[in-house]
Amino acid sequence: MNEIITGFTTAIELIISLDPEVIETAIRSIAISLTATFFATLLAIPIGSIITFSEFRGKKALINLVQTLYALPTVLVGLFVFLLISRAGPFGFMRLLFTPEGMVIAQMILILPILIGLTISALKAVDSTILDTLRSLGATRFQFMNSVVREARYAIMAAVVLGFGRAISEVGAAIMIGGNIRGHTRVLTTAISLETSMGNIAMSIALGIILLGIALVINLMLAYVQNR
Amino acid sequence: MLELRDITKRFGDTEVLRGVSAEIQKGEIFTIIGPSGAGKSTLLRIIDFLDTPTSGSVIFSGRDITSEGSIEVRRRMGMVFQKSATFNTTVYENVAIGLRFRGMPETDVRKKITEALEIVGLTGFEERKAKTLSGGEMQRVALARVLVTNPDLLLLDEPTANLDPVSVEMIEDLIKKINRDFGITILMSTHDMVQGQRLAHRIGVMMNGRFAQVGTPREIFSAPHDRYVARFVGIENIIEGTITAKDGGLATIGADGTLLYAISPLTERTHVHLFLRPEDIALSCTGEHATSVRNVLPGKVVEIIPMGPLNRLILDCGVQLIAVITWKATEELGISVGSEICASFKASAVHVVER
Repeated sequence: MNEIITGFTTAIELIISLDPEVIETAIRSIAISLTATFFATLLAIPIGSIITFSEFRGKKALINLVQTLYALPTVLVGLFVFLLISRAGPFGFMRLLFTPEGMVIAQMILILPILIGLTISALKAVDSTILDTLRSLGATRFQFMNSVVREARYAIMAAVVLGFGRAISEVGAAIMIGGNIRGHTRVLTTAISLETSMGNIAMSIALGIILLGIALVINLMLAYVQNR
Repeated sequence: MLELRDITKRFGDTEVLRGVSAEIQKGEIFTIIGPSGAGKSTLLRIIDFLDTPTSGSVIFSGRDITSEGSIEVRRRMGMVFQKSATFNTTVYENVAIGLRFRGMPETDVRKKITEALEIVGLTGFEERKAKTLSGGEMQRVALARVLVTNPDLLLLDEPTANLDPVSVEMIEDLIKKINRDFGITILMSTHDMVQGQRLAHRIGVMMNGRFAQVGTPREIFSAPHDRYVARFVGIENIIEGTITAKDGGLATIGADGTLLYAISPLTERTHVHLFLRPEDIALSCTGEHATSVRNVLPGKVVEIIPMGPLNRLILDCGVQLIAVITWKATEELGISVGSEICASFKASAVHVVER
């Protein structure tokens, strides 16, 4: 019990004193996950729109598959990306293994299904009269999709926040692709894992508090935007 | 301007439209009236190619647009729906959207929106969130949104169905104004026959997926083609009979042993329906009546049903008749259930159709 209390107090000290290693790790975590979320969003919105507003065979099956991939195990994504970018893999020449860029790709693949799936749900929830109104106003296919996305923006933003939350909190792919290299690919989750195994409970708790804090701030920002 | 040629539409096993044909003239207000589920909305959606017909064609300005369905053609039409659709943004952006699709420069957009908001009475609402408006205001935004695009044809799908009476009046005035001041042809559906009568130059009565009758409001309300149209336009007395004698234009009609007189070109022994509006029946207790009145039927009051400021009386005069009378007159004449009474109406008040 004592160890936990000491852990907490030291953790608070580490955060208040802006311990350089803690801050650096936190910033790297945010940067990698934000980049992954940004690119995943850039892909998910058009893909989600095209799936929602096109009629093709196997559409239902495709949506089911996307939804199944919400629960994609992070280590599997790690393995998949590892196979692609390791020396012997098809993209080995790009030397992405054990780099932040490699981690961005892994997190992107991890959250893409959630973003696509929730974009589809958000677009489907837009009132049919809105869709008819857009068509009747003479929208081209692109103008139509763009307007519906705009109409569903708050629901899509919620999906993006959820995706970011999954990206920043995953550890499996980050450790396999990043390798937890201090000062290079160490992020909050991999650091917590390492520090705990090394018995540095205070450091782990400090990093954990920061991780929770980031989630809280992001959600508050979303709530603010949605209430505007 | 718009011609509908034998349009049918099936949804699975349900046949919603069964051969709709009509011609809409440039500059007119044409209302489609009919009960819910008659196919009114489907027809409007087909014209704006939001739905495709199973068969038949839509000719717009001389071009068959049924299969073409181009954006260029659609941009010459505007449509307002029953359910208010406002985008989750300001009133200004809501009205601007159609112009933005057309790539209009911002200065022109602003000018058009200012004019349109003035017409619909929403000047000063530019920066308001559209979602915070009342239902009537939202429909005015919807009208402004199509008005700025300057359509040749405006399609209105029961635009006042969900509104309070004050908003309905305002929207109706706007519809008339848009038609009168801008010469925009309007095709509008409603299930409110009185609204159809108030606004329309011509009316199409839609029953079971086709036009049962097309004509001016006067033709529709005074001379319905069949008993379904008659019932829909509020003619409550529909009597079956057979013409037993003709004297010039005057026909004597036997109905359940009662003789009735009506003006009709139909010949003897024709089986007919007689249509008579309740308000054309005069009531007296003494049997006195104007000499020009051909039909004088003694009978009894069977039931009295209050209806706003009026009473609806159900009478047994050999045939069942429904008459209306004010509350005050009911009291003054001392009418109650079982009272002996005399119903009278002119031969010219009876509209006769072959059954």
